[in-house]
Amino acid sequence: MKIIYTDALIVGGGLAGLRSAIAARDKGLDTIVLSMVPVKRSHSAAAQGGMQASLANSIMGEGDNEDVHFADTVKGSDWGCDQKVARMFVTTAPKAIRELAAWGVPWSRIGKGDRTVVMNGKQETITEREEAYGLINARDFGGTKKWRTCYTSDATGHTMLYAVANEALKRDVIIHDKKEAISIIHDHGVCYGVVVRDLINGELIAYVARGTMIATGGYGRIYKQSTNAIICKGIGTAIALETGIAELGNMEAVQFHPTPIVPSGILLTEGCRGDGGVLRDKDGYRFMPDYEPEKKELASRDVVSRRMIEHIRKGKGVKSPYGDHLWLDISILGREHIEKNLRDVQDIAISFNGIDPADEGEKGWMPVLPMQHYSMGGIRVKPTGESTTMQGLFCAGEAACWDLHGFNRLGGNSVSEAVVSGMIVGEYFAKYCQETHLNTNTSVIEGHLEAQVNYLQEILSYDGGLNIFDIKDEMRTIMQEKVGIFRNGDDLLDAVHRLEELLKKTKEITVESKSMGNNPGLNEAYRVPKMLKLALCAAKGALQRTESRGAHYREDYPKRDDMHWLKRTITTWRDPEDTLPTIHYEEIDIMEMELPPAFRGYGRKDSLIENPLSAQREAEIEEIKKTLDTVDRFTVQEALLEYELPGNLKHKNERVGVGYA
Amino acid sequence: MPENENYREIEITVFRYNPQDKESEPTFQTFTLTETPGMTLYIALIQIWSTMDHDLSFDFVCRAGICGSCSMVVNGRPRLACKTRTNEFEDGKITLLPLPAFKHIKDLSVDTGNWMNEMSKQLESWIHTQEETDLSRIEKPVDPEVADEVFELDRCIECGICLASCSTKIMRPDFVGAVGLNRVTRFSIDPHDQRTDEDFYELVGDENGVFGCMSLMGCEDHCPKNLPLQTRIAYMRRKMVKVK
Repeated sequence: MKIIYTDALIVGGGLAGLRSAIAARDKGLDTIVLSMVPVKRSHSAAAQGGMQASLANSIMGEGDNEDVHFADTVKGSDWGCDQKVARMFVTTAPKAIRELAAWGVPWSRIGKGDRTVVMNGKQETITEREEAYGLINARDFGGTKKWRTCYTSDATGHTMLYAVANEALKRDVIIHDKKEAISIIHDHGVCYGVVVRDLINGELIAYVARGTMIATGGYGRIYKQSTNAIICKGIGTAIALETGIAELGNMEAVQFHPTPIVPSGILLTEGCRGDGGVLRDKDGYRFMPDYEPEKKELASRDVVSRRMIEHIRKGKGVKSPYGDHLWLDISILGREHIEKNLRDVQDIAISFNGIDPADEGEKGWMPVLPMQHYSMGGIRVKPTGESTTMQGLFCAGEAACWDLHGFNRLGGNSVSEAVVSGMIVGEYFAKYCQETHLNTNTSVIEGHLEAQVNYLQEILSYDGGLNIFDIKDEMRTIMQEKVGIFRNGDDLLDAVHRLEELLKKTKEITVESKSMGNNPGLNEAYRVPKMLKLALCAAKGALQRTESRGAHYREDYPKRDDMHWLKRTITTWRDPEDTLPTIHYEEIDIMEMELPPAFRGYGRKDSLIENPLSAQREAEIEEIKKTLDTVDRFTVQEALLEYELPGNLKHKNERVGVGYA
Repeated sequence: MPENENYREIEITVFRYNPQDKESEPTFQTFTLTETPGMTLYIALIQIWSTMDHDLSFDFVCRAGICGSCSMVVNGRPRLACKTRTNEFEDGKITLLPLPAFKHIKDLSVDTGNWMNEMSKQLESWIHTQEETDLSRIEKPVDPEVADEVFELDRCIECGICLASCSTKIMRPDFVGAVGLNRVTRFSIDPHDQRTDEDFYELVGDENGVFGCMSLMGCEDHCPKNLPLQTRIAYMRRKMVKVK
């Protein structure tokens, strides 16, 4: 039996995991990162458009600061987020981007004087301030008041990931790739590590550590159509669920991005619209201003995606062998802009669709349709990143429900959360690993390891004749059709029943190769039941949530219901033999909010069931402001909502022209 | 999937071998499937895996030409499988081999991660500076054109295709390849990095570095990101020749 000991163990080698590993190494801890793939191939690399941080360098970002970023994030979340966490995030984001700049991320920089941009379909000239020359530039993104999304062309995640991975290598973080964590080792509510399957030779290994972090990303691949990489199966989230102790939060909160390309589902960045691209229908008509007069194509993703489907339902979609779609037109930005700032988009459109988006007129239009993109739900953690219910188990990035995004994440806030949570949670995690002594005995570890050996052998002994790939396809189709952008009670109930049946059927399969070694068929056989459990959490959570909030939209309950549903869905899997998750709720207290619930500024105006506490808290906030002797925004903020950050992260951020104000 | 009886049949021949299995013998296996519009090797191999042979091993991650996982030899040329469309091949016959120059795992799967990590460490591919960064303060300004030049070279996705196309790599197993030389060049032009030409000479001033390249430029011909490898390697070599 192979057991590997370390101080800090991190499962997942994307931005969140690697940045946390750096935090652990900087405290002198022996640190191992486990990854299913070479870490630089993690899905963080696929983030295209950029990272939000309120630097306010560009003239179009003038006046931006933590407060504006905070308000945008809270509204984007449809008031589902934890405002304390949002505060921690917006205060750290400028530091994260400056750290990345020092580590060599070649952020696009501000040039001298005038430049031409496209806004609302028209060319405009903007003039940058002289003192901002050479500082980090930003582009516009959906749901934001200011141009705040910093970028390296449309390969932002790639350059960020390479910089962070190389910094981890510099610090001798140990990276073990082609390793998949398949269960969590725990005893009496404390996490001691994970059981890992070596994907090269099939060997099972116990990795044992003082503290364990899950940073395995989202679970988008439970959907048939997803922009996510094929590794985004949510296995890290599922093994936390399978402990029966760790809790998942808001699993029904699933984001659909407006502009993946049809039919491959490869993402075309929100930067396309941020830079001035527009959506068109079968008549070439730009329809978004009719639905969203103020934000147009740049409302939040949940709103734009719904408006697109709404427009298709009116018969305005473009017919294709793959169903109806709409057009994304960036040709109006001009070839020079596209070949500099949207070059991966151009490469994708040419390689996969034979369309050069820089070609003028409809020749350059790209077929797009909303598809699954991001998992707001995940392992429920405290602001420190530690599981609410399991000691020593931490989680960061998309895998976590920290909860920064509530029911809808803003574009540009994902890679930003990944590195920022790597800095904050990574720091708390490292501190935990420093202060904790490993306190378990070998029999506990061996017990967990043996249980997995037995489980895999049990799978190989199944002889029901069903094909696990068929079960997976059916799950993905059910999620696509019944737990999608528009949801209703009948479909969701049907989805829960059918997913439950599918979960039972995973024991009636036959795996052809009986090898415990390198066996890709066996990989799927143990992954699909885990994916089905996550799918059930999402479907059942969606069924029970009889309101519409952010990306969760119920046609039978179209209003956001702050009276009954200002709460987080918490899901557990009490017993391994259960075929359904257990759900309870965590209240979100309006009276503790810095920004009480209101209209978001986009989406439908009449679709809100207000809670009287919102007005009460609003009045209370006004009172607090009156009693304060100052208008200093930091003092006011502290009086409304207290939050903590480790080390120097709470320091004020300097900005051009305003200093530390 | 659109229905059309006029779609042609294609034949995909795949190298099969599991070096970890003593009974495994290297062999080729041919799969016949119906070509659908826009089919890529990603779509084709996933279809083979999920409907014909669950034991077939290969490496896909992003399936969008961004992550560099799926490099393999397609009818004699190293390419990213996800970006290769089957309709490029007129006779409908496609032969797939694992990427050479890396440790073979099984079938079309190879181990690139460990090699790339070792290369990154050997070439110290991170910013070297004595400056302390105060994260609260405004960042150091960078000329926008210089930032763009660094970005141009930072686009490498470590797919390994340059090494699989390289004759020097066959003769010198420790050759760092275009991926390594491009990386060093990238840091040499980054204004954050304080290393001198002498420092870079220590890293690549030998025949496993910039003097090993024979300028055959298979790397540039096949690079899926169209990196300017020829001019950048020449630039680095000129700089290194001047180091005393």
